[in-house]
Amino acid sequence: MNPRTLPLLATLGVFLLAYALCALQFPAMLSTRVVANLLTDNAFLGIVAVGMTFVILSGGIDLSVGSVIAFTGVFLAVTIRAGLDPVAGFILVLAITTAFGAVMGAMIHYLETPPFIVTLAGMFLARGVCFLMTTDSIPIDHPVYDTLTGLSWRIPSGGRLSLIGGVMVLVFIAGIVLAHRTRFGTAVYGLGGNRTSAELMGVPVARTTILIYALSSGLAGLAGIVFSLYTSAGYSLAATGVELDTIAAVVIGGTLLTGGVGTVAGTFLGVMIQGLIQTYVIFDGTLSSWWTKIVIGGLLFAFIVFQRGLVHMAARRREAARLATGMPVVSPAG
Amino acid sequence: MASDAPLLGLYGLTKTFPGVKALDGVDFSLKAGEVHALLGENGAGKSTLIKVLTGVHSRDGGEIRLDGVPIHPRDAADAQRHGIGTVYQEVNLLPNLTVAENLSMGREPTRFGFTDRRAMRRHAAALLGAYGLGSVDPESTLGEHSVAVQQIVAIARAVDLSGKVLILDEPTASLDASEVRVLFDVVRSLKARGIGIIFVTHFLDQVFAIADRATVLRNGRLVGTRATADLDRLSLVEMMLGRELKDETLKRHRTQRAAAEPFATFEGYGRRAYVQPFDLAIRPGEVVGVAGLLGSGRTETAKLIFGVKEADSGRAIVDGKPVRIASPRTAAALGFGFCPEDRKTEGIVGDLSVRENIILALQARRGWLKPLSGPETRAIADKFVKLLDIRTTDAEKPIRLLSGGNQQKALLARWLATEPRFLILDEPTRGIDVGAHAEIIRLIERLCDDGLALLVVSSEIEEIVAYADRVVVMRDRTQTGVIEGDGVTVEGIVRAIAAEHAARHGEVAS
Repeated sequence: MNPRTLPLLATLGVFLLAYALCALQFPAMLSTRVVANLLTDNAFLGIVAVGMTFVILSGGIDLSVGSVIAFTGVFLAVTIRAGLDPVAGFILVLAITTAFGAVMGAMIHYLETPPFIVTLAGMFLARGVCFLMTTDSIPIDHPVYDTLTGLSWRIPSGGRLSLIGGVMVLVFIAGIVLAHRTRFGTAVYGLGGNRTSAELMGVPVARTTILIYALSSGLAGLAGIVFSLYTSAGYSLAATGVELDTIAAVVIGGTLLTGGVGTVAGTFLGVMIQGLIQTYVIFDGTLSSWWTKIVIGGLLFAFIVFQRGLVHMAARRREAARLATGMPVVSPAG
Repeated sequence: MASDAPLLGLYGLTKTFPGVKALDGVDFSLKAGEVHALLGENGAGKSTLIKVLTGVHSRDGGEIRLDGVPIHPRDAADAQRHGIGTVYQEVNLLPNLTVAENLSMGREPTRFGFTDRRAMRRHAAALLGAYGLGSVDPESTLGEHSVAVQQIVAIARAVDLSGKVLILDEPTASLDASEVRVLFDVVRSLKARGIGIIFVTHFLDQVFAIADRATVLRNGRLVGTRATADLDRLSLVEMMLGRELKDETLKRHRTQRAAAEPFATFEGYGRRAYVQPFDLAIRPGEVVGVAGLLGSGRTETAKLIFGVKEADSGRAIVDGKPVRIASPRTAAALGFGFCPEDRKTEGIVGDLSVRENIILALQARRGWLKPLSGPETRAIADKFVKLLDIRTTDAEKPIRLLSGGNQQKALLARWLATEPRFLILDEPTRGIDVGAHAEIIRLIERLCDDGLALLVVSSEIEEIVAYADRVVVMRDRTQTGVIEGDGVTVEGIVRAIAAEHAARHGEVAS
């Protein structure tokens, strides 16, 4: 079994098992309506998780994404209230968030500061700017928003794929192509594998690092737009802790926190597993929504243990292969 | 075969580091289709020469000419563009990527902006085939393969990228005999293709096996370049050492000593899945050598005795009293000392000064509530720096700046400062130059004459012969024999190890 696909298969197994269990109890969960809602409700989480996957694959972390989502929402609410066209607002805010990420990436690379620290600073900064703009929850009421939220595609047997659900699916597809079919993608995996080696092998480390964080923040901006469409409001305290949900989704999706190993497709499953648990809690109706967190926590533990086990197994197998091929030889000459 | 005009020429190369002339007017030439061994003690300037050649260090003087044209490589990538590729001892590839990705990293073929995985795979398959690795799947993860395969992939990549000069920096250090053979076949085929190969190694056998010429450096200066066909082992060692190494100088003058009462005895001492139970008596003024192949349980034996791992069978008696050695702390309290094999990760604390490193064990034994005063520590450090001839500008220098041999001496000093009665040395001479090597050996003998009991683990049989009174032979984590007295010869030990080896594999260790 290829150790690279094993985590992905494990995640897929968990997802299918969880879905089967849910469907057994609530057959209604098999309807396309539930599936469509799963996509819509988790759209912003999915989009930001694609960016986070690249960050974690490269061996980094981005703690600022939750704040960036909130910033985007507040920025849009405030500017739209002031009369800016939402589409112009979208473009503007994407440019701002992408640039913000690029600056963080540049700091990480050129100042040789751990990503944890830089993005922690970014997290406080973005959240602080939200409060600077407003402390209230501002509703967004604009015809463009009505149109966009009204858009959906009918899927057979009653479900409707909303615009934002569709955007998430597209982002995932783009992410998969980016990770596996571009030089940038290989460079990201390379950085996560071994930075020094990657550099010696001709990976443009500075450019790649900046691009990774720009991508992550840019996608957080996109997630923020989706979130504002989803909630039709901008609020400074929105999306707190989303960075951690995102990291959880990425790890459950089979990406090693140490970097270098993982897939974007796995992250999709990780997001869907989180959504599934939430849906189950809603279907059940008696459970506290905190059960979502508890189950996610348990899954995370299980996956981390599983991943350590995989790494350990790979090392053992290599050792065994070595012993099988021949014994090291003593050199009397020295 | 080799032509006459040099492919690569280094003329009067000079490089100075603060306080050290690392290269002093070194000339070196490499012909196309030649394997040129680069030899020297550690600190002789081999690695500096290679780093200057690959642009990692800039040179202070001299000229590098490739195909007669002066070049100034700025960094490794630039050297590569000029045609000089390097493969290091630790494979500098990405184990988490596929073999194909590793081979084309940084210059992936693209179609419409997307990497063309099919072209990548084709390219990789062709390359692998050319290196006799046709059975390796280009889409398999590199890390799954043995070090030898990874090493060959690294060579394939380096040659594919550069194609004129290949530098192999101790590529065989972590390979076993059959893997070395495979690697040498690759080197020979590259040689036949007219590529010039610089081969850095510590293994003299390998020099004679593969190299056409050998250049020896010493203290940053060129000692000489000779064709290996006109060279014998002894003269090569002489060139490296700069003095005639006589057998007698190495042979210890064993004084007939009445067998002293053992300081420590281990009976049926072992740990499951670690080391099989063994018996061992440690006497003051005696050196016990531990010999065996890599992975035979040499280091494990040492660690078990020092309490790094706790034994689960047998008993230990120290000074006639049964003791339980549960941790290195207990061992140290009993008067044991242990210099580990991996100096860099288990021994020295790189950023602390030589003085701080020396007093570490002593302070730990005293406990942190009774700190040694500044002047005390300085006195102790100065004493050992002088006693062991640790070459450092002063005792406050961070220890990582010292050469391997001097780091090793500082480590020894650390334990000697605690005035141990029994010292365990695991590979005390690994990775240090031949000069320091001899000094360490003399030091071991001196300590032994002073009445210290020593257990020395070493993969260098000659070294063990030089100082050991008794030799424990290990195989498969089992003590298979003890050689004593006149039996302690290179031949005797090699035979003891090889006999078992041959019995199991039908092949004698070479």
